[in-house]
Amino acid sequence: MTDLTASQKALGAEIAVHSAPYFPRRKKVITGRSIAVLVFLAICALFFCIPLYVVIVTSFKTMDQIREGAMFALPNIWTLEAWDHAWNSACSGTRCEGLKVGFWNSVAILIPSLILSIGLSIVTGYALALWNVKWAGTFLFILFICAFVPFQIIMFPLISMTATLKVYGSIWGVALIHAVLAMPVLTLIFRNYYKDIPQEIMSAAIMDSGSFWKIFFEIILPMSGNILIVVLILQITSVWNDYLIGVTFGGMGAQPMTVNLANLITISTGTVRYNDNMAAALLTAIPPLVIYFIVGKLFVQGITAGAIKG
Amino acid sequence: MPRVSFEHITKNYGLMKVLDDLNLSIDDGDFLVLLGPSGCGKTTLLNLLAGLLDVTDGRIMIGERDVTDLDPKDRGLAMVFQSYALYPTKTVHGNLKFGLSASKLPREEIEKRIAWAAKLLQIEPLLNRKPGQLSGGQRQRVAIGRALVKNVGVFLFDEPLSNLDAKLRTEMRLEIKKLHDQLKSTIVYVTHDQIEAMTMATKIAVMNGGVIQQFGTPDEIYERPANLFVAGFIGSPAMNLRPAKLALAAGKTEAVFASGVRLDVSDYPFLAPPQDGAEIIAGLRPEHFTLAADSATAATFTVPVQYAERTGPDASAYFTFEDDVLALRVDPDAAARLTPGQSVSVSYLKGKANLFDARTGQRM
Repeated sequence: MTDLTASQKALGAEIAVHSAPYFPRRKKVITGRSIAVLVFLAICALFFCIPLYVVIVTSFKTMDQIREGAMFALPNIWTLEAWDHAWNSACSGTRCEGLKVGFWNSVAILIPSLILSIGLSIVTGYALALWNVKWAGTFLFILFICAFVPFQIIMFPLISMTATLKVYGSIWGVALIHAVLAMPVLTLIFRNYYKDIPQEIMSAAIMDSGSFWKIFFEIILPMSGNILIVVLILQITSVWNDYLIGVTFGGMGAQPMTVNLANLITISTGTVRYNDNMAAALLTAIPPLVIYFIVGKLFVQGITAGAIKG
Repeated sequence: MPRVSFEHITKNYGLMKVLDDLNLSIDDGDFLVLLGPSGCGKTTLLNLLAGLLDVTDGRIMIGERDVTDLDPKDRGLAMVFQSYALYPTKTVHGNLKFGLSASKLPREEIEKRIAWAAKLLQIEPLLNRKPGQLSGGQRQRVAIGRALVKNVGVFLFDEPLSNLDAKLRTEMRLEIKKLHDQLKSTIVYVTHDQIEAMTMATKIAVMNGGVIQQFGTPDEIYERPANLFVAGFIGSPAMNLRPAKLALAAGKTEAVFASGVRLDVSDYPFLAPPQDGAEIIAGLRPEHFTLAADSATAATFTVPVQYAERTGPDASAYFTFEDDVLALRVDPDAAARLTPGQSVSVSYLKGKANLFDARTGQRM
């Protein structure tokens, strides 16, 4: 093959081009059907966008303009007053310190619960998938069942357990409950991911080192980037957006942002400050969105990488 | 360089018995090849030695140590895997270094060994690459390097060449053989490829169905197969196995085929005195046939040609004999002259036949 001259190669290429089957591309024609599809999709998009639009514009309006009742109008004066008020001084119950209290509570809940849940489940998943654990099958089955137990069923026992542990009503209580409830699903995710690691790599590592932790930190953890991103996003969203666990276990001192938001909006006296409410709702929704935008690309890669071994 | 011995090894997977009371012992410096078809238990035996599987019953000794219940890392072994099993996130250097992670050696010694192995295997320029950036042959070298740095007496190879292309396989075969000569270490090598077994081994254990069929040097295995399985498994084209009856006459012993062809086996070293009329299977190696009618032949077959195939320096010809195929190794020029359907006289050389008891399948 290497002896072919340049002209021969060029000739070969030309023949290949000419003999290739020719499929003319169909011209795009606007038909009635495609118009119908477009209209339908546009209506769907509008259906979801209009409420969002109202929320956004209302959050920039003054109360005076809101009282006029023109819901879809753009703000006469664009103002960040409502955002400032919602963040710093809106009242939930008797405390008027705004959403920032809830935000920092949520952050304080999020970080330990992430570390605890991912730390526990990644090691459990690694042990179950790659080491000879006695009764591993039974244990997995129990975990699998646990993953489907509704939280409401075990709420009361959990309350008394956290009370006994003296963590009820504290940040640590909420973080602990989040971590425990996420354990089954996260362990299954990690276990299934690690099951795809070739057995021979594990055999080699066992012969080379034999240390459970050394193999985990030096070989397995560096191979877990994709699945860690997936789990991180799942866990951040579910912890941040949770309301029920926060309201049940947060007591008065450790309410996450969602609970704070709910208290802020439901008032029984005075006028409803729609612009504050809208701004507060947006503030609460922003953090998970930011996470999605930053690592969204990695998230998609991670999902497929977990599905097909790569 | 210790000797390795398996004593009364039994291995069950659940209710299935894979190995049953298996005994095998190899001397230090031996290159043992465990050879057999898929599912014969050879990889199980290797994994038992490595400690990746637990024996159900029996004892494994390495040197004077009973390693049956030791952890894999404490057995003083190094293993090379079929899929190389390199750590994908580590560089070549990191891979070699992790091989020493159980040994608690000082830093300089580790670096010295890595440098030595890299030089020996000519992978020095690759030390900073990740396995994903290496070719198959290079990965195999790194995998061997990871075993070499451990500086142990016993190396285990689990079909290390089966993922390589034919040319590379021949090269690596030679290289492993050279390494063995250089290091004088004991090697246990699992393969289903008889060429690898014949070229590299000092001892071969042919396995089938969890039982060692024959244990011996490559020449012994090839020239004196212990039973029908070994006879049919080793050699390409395979040995021709034909049923026959023994006929004893004064001073002459013959194997008579159904078609009446008589094979002179007077000089055959029978293990037990032969019985007249005994049912036997005669094993005839394809290369022990000749197209020229020499004087020292044991039998002459006049058989029609089915077809002939030439593979460069070699050629095989296939004849019809008693409704079955008779394979012959012939020289390529002669093969070119054979036309299908033509009847040809072929002779079998004296003293080359293998005889097996038709009932037990054992060598007679």
